[in-house]
Amino acid sequence: MKFLVCISQTPDTTAKISFNADGTAFNPAGVQFIMNPYDEWYALVRACELKEALGGTVVAINVGPATNETTIRKALAIGADEAVRIDAEPHSSAYVASQIGAYAKAENFDLIFLGKETIDYNGSEVGSMLAEHLDLPFISYASKLELNGNMATVEREIEGGVQVLEVELPAVVSAAKGMAEQRIPNMRGIMMARSKPLKVVQPVESTDHAGVTRFELPPAKAGVKLVDPEQMDELVRLLHEEAKVI
Amino acid sequence: MVLIYAESPNGQLKKAALEAVTYGKHVADMLGVECAAITLGNNVTDAGSLGKYGAARVFNVNSSNLNDLDSQVTAAVLANAAKNLNASVIVLSHTSTGKSIAGRLAVRLDAGLVSGVNALPESNGDTLLVKKSVFSGKAIATYAINSPVKVLSLMGNALRPEATGAPVSVETLDIAIPAGKVRVKETKTIDGRVPLPEAEVVVSAGRGMKDPSNWGIVEELAEALDATTACSRPVADSNWRPHHEHVGQTGIAIRPNLYIAIGISGAIQHLAGVNNSKVIVVINKDTEAPFFKAADYGVVGDLFDVVPRLTEAVRKFKAST
Ligand SMILES: Cc1cc2nc3c(=O)[nH]c(=O)nc-3n(C[C@H](O)[C@H](O)[C@H](O)COP(=O)(O)OP(=O)(O)OC[C@H]3O[C@@H](n4cnc5c(N)ncnc54)[C@H](O)[C@@H]3O)c2cc1C
Repeated sequence: MKFLVCISQTPDTTAKISFNADGTAFNPAGVQFIMNPYDEWYALVRACELKEALGGTVVAINVGPATNETTIRKALAIGADEAVRIDAEPHSSAYVASQIGAYAKAENFDLIFLGKETIDYNGSEVGSMLAEHLDLPFISYASKLELNGNMATVEREIEGGVQVLEVELPAVVSAAKGMAEQRIPNMRGIMMARSKPLKVVQPVESTDHAGVTRFELPPAKAGVKLVDPEQMDELVRLLHEEAKVI
Repeated sequence: MVLIYAESPNGQLKKAALEAVTYGKHVADMLGVECAAITLGNNVTDAGSLGKYGAARVFNVNSSNLNDLDSQVTAAVLANAAKNLNASVIVLSHTSTGKSIAGRLAVRLDAGLVSGVNALPESNGDTLLVKKSVFSGKAIATYAINSPVKVLSLMGNALRPEATGAPVSVETLDIAIPAGKVRVKETKTIDGRVPLPEAEVVVSAGRGMKDPSNWGIVEELAEALDATTACSRPVADSNWRPHHEHVGQTGIAIRPNLYIAIGISGAIQHLAGVNNSKVIVVINKDTEAPFFKAADYGVVGDLFDVVPRLTEAVRKFKAST
């Protein structure tokens, strides 16, 4: 089995988010970057578990500059066998999907994993686009995946329930909570990661149809209005008359 | 034309579909073009009622092969419908189904996509400018879409469905349906309340509840408010509550009109899933709880006293209206 795991680099969850003076670009100063948690905990770990059980290779792929290599090495330390970095700024999900699509087309992966979304642009777009570029089935928000030969049985979260699906490989799957447990890379993994292959690939031509023109911070909350714990009628009145939510 | 895909799992139009049509109608009016909706499947009930929400025309692709919503099949059918109808903007719901389709549709139509939009766009020549929440609720980005065809997916609860029009008759669209590769074996639904992502009022509780046997007061408040219940991560992790209730960064992200947080400290990973709620009420005995900084209304007190009192007050209010 050949597994591909798409990994993205994002600001840490607890990072303070700020922008340049005219609001046109994210300000990376002082921000710690991490592997997108859903890519790491769910997609990558499940791919590694399946490979360990069934044999095969796990390739981690990232579209990004050379500075992303720390994140890529972490994927290798967690258990990926090889890595590919497409040497370009990942300036939109459409761009990332077309780059990974161009690379994956020639490689015949059996199963391609991604996280359910990234915690920076929260788009949930790349998996669906990538599946279309490769003309493969796509299952989003998978919380369980078992392989049986060429068939995958997948559980996926839907509004107010769970669906159990069957899909023939090759397929693209985006992973959510439940898929696997976070793995902390051990010393041996970290040592081995240093000598695992990390291939750098040049990007292909691709046009963007949508991009961010401006960032802003959400309007500040007016501040909390405290209500006396003995006066719950007053809270209900405020929610009805002032906030108009009940 | 603005074409809205109105989701109808099991044949029933979703609330998200009514929101999407309402949104699409506003976009169509702004652009001065026709607003149309499309439903998929052979079991759709009352598709014509989408006329009430602003669709001048409603189309259906009538085939049981579409009931399972395999994204590969659905996207192919929707892309062909959009081409046949000459749609310039396609609106989807940002749901489990919409998210699977949106990217595929954008690739097929060579269209710019912005997913999870939460406000109406502005137009600037041939460009649409539209906002969405980014960095897990910590910022807002304005996107520009420049392609002739544009795809938007609408965040749940971003606007209220507006039923100001009249039903229309449903036109059947004849579109070839490719064979799918995904088979639905089973769908397990959670009975009872409105699904969490669609709920307008959410009552959520955390570790401050001390023990799962104490949840009766949370259920009662939710009942009184006709709300859906949610919980923090440690509560789900300890199996005090079912996993589908878990909100936050690792769980699901929601944006109800009212989020009531009971005995939840308000850690950043929790806030990431709820900070887009329109109004937040926090009940916590610790004045220093970080959640108060993100709250609109706060009650400092012991939840075991405050929650039953609030339930009483809500019941009194509901009885009087
Ligand atoms: C990578 C990562 C991802 C995470 N993802 C999530 C996520 O998706 N969702 C999530 O919720 N958390 C998440 N967490 C955990 C998060 O950091 C917090 O630990 C968690 O939200 C705390 O849950 P809590 O507020 O229920 O419990 P606590 O932090 O223990 O807070 C309990 C609160 O109850 C109050 N309280 C206690 N007794 C009473 C009483 N009698 N009356 C009134 N108030 C009372 C206390 O003052 C306290 O504020 C994540 C953490 C990490 C590291």
